[in-house]
Amino acid sequence: MMFASKHHGVGFNGRAMYKLTIEDHTYSCQPDETVLDALLREEVNIPYACKKGTCHSCMVRSVDTLPPETAQAGLKNTLKKQNYFLACLCCPEQDMAIKLPDQSEFYTEGTVVANEMLNRNTLLLIIAFKDAFEFNAGQYVNLQRPDGLTRSYSISNIPKESNTLEFHIRRLPNGRFSEWLHDEIKVGDSIAVSEPSGHCFYLPERRDQGILLVGTGTGLAPLAGILTDALTHGHSGPIYLFHGSREVEDLYRIDEMRQLSKEHENFHYLPCISGHHVPEGFSRGRVNEVALASFTDLKGWRVFLCGHPEMVNQMKKMTFLKGAASADIYADAFLSTPD
Amino acid sequence: MSKSLYERIGGEPAVNAAVDIFYRKVLNDDRISRFFDNVDMEKQAAKQKAFLTMAFGGPHHYTGEDMRKGHEHLVKMGLDDSHFDAVVEDLGATLEELNVPQELISEVVDICETTRNDVLGR
Repeated sequence: MMFASKHHGVGFNGRAMYKLTIEDHTYSCQPDETVLDALLREEVNIPYACKKGTCHSCMVRSVDTLPPETAQAGLKNTLKKQNYFLACLCCPEQDMAIKLPDQSEFYTEGTVVANEMLNRNTLLLIIAFKDAFEFNAGQYVNLQRPDGLTRSYSISNIPKESNTLEFHIRRLPNGRFSEWLHDEIKVGDSIAVSEPSGHCFYLPERRDQGILLVGTGTGLAPLAGILTDALTHGHSGPIYLFHGSREVEDLYRIDEMRQLSKEHENFHYLPCISGHHVPEGFSRGRVNEVALASFTDLKGWRVFLCGHPEMVNQMKKMTFLKGAASADIYADAFLSTPD
Repeated sequence: MSKSLYERIGGEPAVNAAVDIFYRKVLNDDRISRFFDNVDMEKQAAKQKAFLTMAFGGPHHYTGEDMRKGHEHLVKMGLDDSHFDAVVEDLGATLEELNVPQELISEVVDICETTRNDVLGR
């Protein structure tokens, strides 16, 4: 009767009944019932499909406890770390507070402490918070304008004592949100910032593993965060960063990355230009092609891909075919919202 | 009672060991790779796992109707017996690579065969 206690009803077979809490509501999960079945019985609106752990439609997050290991089978390590689990595979072992995927987000007000141009079209925006803002380098948040307009941006720094988040904001043609950030936002203004999401980040394990980072444009933001995180954790395996753009004027932080590669023997930085004019010190060609041509075998490598959706999707497949395990490929495709 | 094929082949760890090798073979196979051009890698990997679990005689909830619906769009693209054979061949090669005994591979192939007409929409 390991799990039974005074606080719980006990089913006839000795398994206990547990409470599931979602926001302000509490539901009961019968003995031997999965979280998904319990929520469906209670008529909670939760997405699901296969009910056998394959489709991942019913993935939810445990807010306060570690979910049972069996309910995390097949999930990426970075999702496991954030206590995501599959409702259809989860028979609770204790009371659980759960967050559904579409549950309304919690926003915190931050204050702009810096806004400066990184290149001709990319703004470095730094937002500070009163209290610690918990995140993993490489994750993204939603920024919200006072009228409710919302866009996702990747965080480019690692958690700091100063409680700041850094973003690289590219000005999109007719992009209502990016124009607002570029043209109107000033130091001292406040912006609403959501909780972080995303599973494209570094975990300090297998430190001798090779790491391949490939990004286009502001795909450098999450990759820079992941890179800093890995170096800070003393990652000892080789780390290659390929950052690509059409013209050299659209790359940024070039000197900073070159300096980092001088300071860290295992870090290699390869800026790539796909346009005609390729200055010395830059690789010619699309970033995905240059990166793939640099490796004959990616077996055992950890791969991070951020930026243009076509590049990201193509590289997911190509790095897998070159031997990277599917569980070791992390991707964040940047979709721009049509205005 | 004798052990099930799924147990003899090694259960879920065997599926996990096979899934990347198998999917890599399929994507590299010029005969069938075009059917996978526009799929999302992550979702596809999960589907491949479910397929292997079924082919290894493990727990699954696929019906003939699921098989038909799931492959309908591929049949429209020209999916036929030759492509089905190619997939089974890639699966066999995967299991050989993992040193699965030949008689177990035959049993896996037999299970695949039971789905042929549904997959091809006949």
